[in-house]
Amino acid sequence: MNAPQATAAATRLTYREACKQALRDALLSDPRVFLMGEDIGRYGGCYAVTKGLLEEFGEERIRDTPLSESAFVGAGVGSAMVGMRPIVEIMTVNFSLLALDQIVNNAVTIPHMSGGQFAIPLVIRMTTGGGRRVAAQHSRSLEGWYAHIPGLRVLTPATVEDARFMLKGALADPNPVIIFEHVMLYNMEGDLPSDMKEVDIAHAKVRRAGRDVSLITYGGSLFKTLQAADALASEGIEAEVIDLRVLRPLDTKSILDSVAKTRRCVIIDEGWRSGSISAEVGMRIAEEGFFELDAPLRRVCSREAPIPYAAHLEDACLPQAATIVAVARELVRPS
Amino acid sequence: MIKRVHLDHAHMQHLLKAMIRIRRFEAKCVELYQAQKILGFLHLYDGEEAVSVGVMEALTQDDAVIATYREHGQALARGVDPKCLMAEMMGKLNGCCRGRGGSMHFFDRARRFYGGNAIVGGGMPLALGVALADKMQGRSAITACFFGEGAVDEGEFHETLNLASLWRLPILFVCENNLYSMGMAVERAEADIDFVHKASGYRVAGEKVDGMDVVAVESAARNAIDRIRSENEPYFLECRTYRFRAHSMFDAQLYRSKDEVEVWRKKGPIVRFQTWLEANRLIKPEELATIEEEVDKEIAAAVAFAEAGPLEPVSELERFVTMEEVPS
Ligand SMILES: Cc1ncc(C[n+]2csc(CCOP(=O)(O)OP(=O)(O)O)c2C)c(N)n1
Ligand SMILES: [Mg+2]
Repeated sequence: MNAPQATAAATRLTYREACKQALRDALLSDPRVFLMGEDIGRYGGCYAVTKGLLEEFGEERIRDTPLSESAFVGAGVGSAMVGMRPIVEIMTVNFSLLALDQIVNNAVTIPHMSGGQFAIPLVIRMTTGGGRRVAAQHSRSLEGWYAHIPGLRVLTPATVEDARFMLKGALADPNPVIIFEHVMLYNMEGDLPSDMKEVDIAHAKVRRAGRDVSLITYGGSLFKTLQAADALASEGIEAEVIDLRVLRPLDTKSILDSVAKTRRCVIIDEGWRSGSISAEVGMRIAEEGFFELDAPLRRVCSREAPIPYAAHLEDACLPQAATIVAVARELVRPS
Repeated sequence: MIKRVHLDHAHMQHLLKAMIRIRRFEAKCVELYQAQKILGFLHLYDGEEAVSVGVMEALTQDDAVIATYREHGQALARGVDPKCLMAEMMGKLNGCCRGRGGSMHFFDRARRFYGGNAIVGGGMPLALGVALADKMQGRSAITACFFGEGAVDEGEFHETLNLASLWRLPILFVCENNLYSMGMAVERAEADIDFVHKASGYRVAGEKVDGMDVVAVESAARNAIDRIRSENEPYFLECRTYRFRAHSMFDAQLYRSKDEVEVWRKKGPIVRFQTWLEANRLIKPEELATIEEEVDKEIAAAVAFAEAGPLEPVSELERFVTMEEVPS
């Protein structure tokens, strides 16, 4: 996904493999770390991310759980309160709705409500997003919902380097962190610089520099946005692509810096437009960068419907590179 | 059964005092509520004191507690300082949670009191994690998980019992069955009102105990804890009890008769234990007077502490939304 760095040697690997190496690292480097989730052990993980970890680390630390999202997420919260560093996997964000009580009412509430007596150093990984023709109940993007909640850190690794190293940062954070892995990214390959040891989990990143328009996105929409930027470049429009990476706390400064440079902005978000993270990004620009703008803010979001099964409908529902190109072009060169 | 409880003179007085402390602490809370010094919800434990007092007697300081939202009694019986609790009730900075939690959310790290929880059933999965972490870190502690019988209607109860059993976690499940969840009578809510039977569906052994009898509860809890240790699996105690007062301060109690409440009041845990002690000359009138006097002093001190407590500065409102570090 990323251009290989010229200076250092790089290893080519998939996003899935990067996620797995991150987990393995965590298990090797800290005895307090353990994994819990559905089918992470014997089955090898429903997206094969945890494959082989059970054999290497044993059943105590790679805990297959029954289909009890609330109970095992709550067990993660409880164990984090008494000294462990649990990494809980929820198969997909759709099923995390059955654990919302533990995430929202307990994990993010207890530190504040107990007057700082407890931290909840819990990491929850889950997949998100559409594109796999599995219909509405398996295709949601609810990252923006989670980003609404004070006390959470919400990470959306979109590159192999972030897949490889965001977990390390998340485990070092004394607060609950949700890592959203987009389902369409697992098979994507990228180059990991061999001297890379960590990434920050606080800032957005410019994935492509440009002067004409800022394309602000995250997660599964990043590669579509980069494709769109390539297409725009061939038309002479230089788009700057910002990967938010962290949806909460939002890196407002990077957003404003980019918009101050390009003066035009399209936000690309696989979530639905209404009440979305794209709405939040847009509003921050409106509040703090209004006078930098030469054109109205624009968004490319999912159509406001449950994601359908049929391929043509699903494609029409989700943000696509062609739409991003069209919206950005219209903004830069109004017809 | 009673042989498991070492019922010497001091212990009997200790049990009685612990129950009276809860009763009087809450009576004071009602006064302060009427004076609008305590706000929000106030859920009284009046009538249920024997459950917490009996169970906490059987725990050591190393054990952990997961509480409910009706947890004044649970916290006091666990030994949380009444001063900090009263200050918390009044929303003061010197409260156990800086006044952020209030009546339904007491936490006390030092006493391994992992929180009241105002989501019915919401604390139960936490018990799994606390017990699991203790086990993985080689501590032999027990986690006592309190919940009302209303929580049995929630999915989290069932998920938790199953996992506790499957993972053989050292959890003492304490069901405070006071026959109502708000206005919902237990037989109107549950297809099967035999909770011990329900627990057995998850292969969690258990028993019913008279929750109005503090000695019976302590004895059952001690036996239960021995069993959790020897069998290396959780145990379930259904404590039959009754709430004498309204669910909260906003409850007209349309769902039950005054007669029903009166019948239960006569079986109250304090009146019953005290009468028994008196009838058997196990407590002298002057000893009782001393207990009451000491409790009243404690509570007066708690109120004074709370009244004198400062308010948390508004500038600290966002403090601990995210933590800088994991407290040790
Ligand atoms: C999940 C949830 N649903 C509803 C409520 C509102 N509510 C508060 S207390 C209560 C009754 C709880 O009954 P029970 O668990 O038996 O405890 P008790 O009040 O009898 O001590 C209800 C329905 C709540 N706090 N949480
Ligand atoms: Mg009840």
